Amino acid sequence: MNQVSRALTEFQEMDALAAMDTPIHRLHPLVKLLTTVVYIFLTVSFDKYDLTGLIPMVLYPALLFSITGIPVGTCFHKLRAVVPLVCAVGIVNPFLDREVLLQVGALSVSGGVISMLTLMCKGIFALMASFLLIATTSMDAICMALRKMHVPGMIVTLLLLTYRYVSVMIEEVSVMTDAYHLRAPGQKGIHYRAWGSFVGQLLLRSMDRATELYQSMQLRGFQGEFSYVAAPPLRGRDWAYFCGMAAGCLALRFVPVAELLGGMVISVD
Amino acid sequence: MIEFQNVSFAYESGVPVLEDLSFTIRDGEAVGLIGANGAGKSTIFKAMLGLIPVSGTVLVDGVPVNRKNLPEVRRKLGYVLQNSDNQMFMPTVYEDMRFAPGNYGLPPEETERRISQVLAQLGLTELRDRYNHKISGGEKRMAAIATILVMQPEALLMDEPTTALDPANRRAVIRTINGLEQTKLIASHDLDMVLDTCSRVILLHRGHIAADGRAEDILRDQALLEANHLELPLCLAGR
Repeated sequence: MNQVSRALTEFQEMDALAAMDTPIHRLHPLVKLLTTVVYIFLTVSFDKYDLTGLIPMVLYPALLFSITGIPVGTCFHKLRAVVPLVCAVGIVNPFLDREVLLQVGALSVSGGVISMLTLMCKGIFALMASFLLIATTSMDAICMALRKMHVPGMIVTLLLLTYRYVSVMIEEVSVMTDAYHLRAPGQKGIHYRAWGSFVGQLLLRSMDRATELYQSMQLRGFQGEFSYVAAPPLRGRDWAYFCGMAAGCLALRFVPVAELLGGMVISVD
Repeated sequence: MIEFQNVSFAYESGVPVLEDLSFTIRDGEAVGLIGANGAGKSTIFKAMLGLIPVSGTVLVDGVPVNRKNLPEVRRKLGYVLQNSDNQMFMPTVYEDMRFAPGNYGLPPEETERRISQVLAQLGLTELRDRYNHKISGGEKRMAAIATILVMQPEALLMDEPTTALDPANRRAVIRTINGLEQTKLIASHDLDMVLDTCSRVILLHRGHIAADGRAEDILRDQALLEANHLELPLCLAGR
């Protein structure tokens, strides 16, 4: 199995995760989407130096990992390409902001280091929350929830089609990569001289397949918008989940949990 | 059921693919479309489905195929693509099967009833919740047929339904085709399968009809087949 095939398998594994049966999976997609949006909004709203306030926000993804049984490692494994980028966002901060904000023994911690760590945590928390949403909700259900939130049909359809076509494109890359390596044994990767024709062929082949796929959809009555699986009505437990989670996130955002806990420890001492 | 009246089509390069083609497919007929590569078999399907603009008239159940009538025409015709991967684009077989009924606004209960009925009819009940990317080629071909049957089309258009199938799966597809009551139009190079499933054959050659008649007669005519770059079906070749 080549690298591209592995990527395709991983991509398809997300659908398998979303098809699991746990209390979180059984919740209405709309409340999961809303909770994720609220969580991400509150997470990114922390001040750039408020690292101690931000850290307790990890409780939300931690709780979901625990309930669903999805290993944290799976999350970071699947996000391994994105996590370094998120971490790199604030990498120049320590050079730009050198004012010392914290003294830990002999170690001086500048504002730049704290804001870099805060940015990294915000990014990673938001990624974890998004991953958990996708891992507990099928893409169709997410799109249905987006439509319920009155996101324009065109945008939602684009999102769903992109999700579908990504796997079509990966399949084509996989076939072409295999064909290339069978005629270029021992070569690592694809030689730069072949990049142009490789990408050109890939686009042509993907377009051919996408055209046929789209025609197949048209022939089955598709007229620009998916008819999503009828969602069950929102039940009391769905709203209870949303209210509980939103209240919890708000509490973590506005109550200085870390400071309170620290204060308790110090007062015990 | 389906009528072609002086239908012609050429691609932008000007190369004619269909030339003044006229024929009629009657209700309930099983017709094999055979011919060498490039003879125009798939193009005939595309013309019926309104996927290409042709000159002449194509009628489906008396309804002319034009932009205005496309939804009505496409609801009457079920097209099973040669490549099932290009047809099955939803994650699971079930979701793929409910795609068309959902688009046509069928009530959920009716959709469920049809899905269960078709799956049972084809013996695919255990495939219902399976992921499309995890089923075998043969299962996928059968599932692709199921996604079309759930629309309850009046006619089935099948493009190379037995390509790339092992003998057991090929036999299963043939059994399935023979069990369907709809009008069937099957384009294929698998002449043994055509002999097994079709009572009539239209032999195409460069966009023209080279022969149109009983499958038994045309598929036994070695000279005719060879003149059109085909060979006798293996079961008749005596090899």
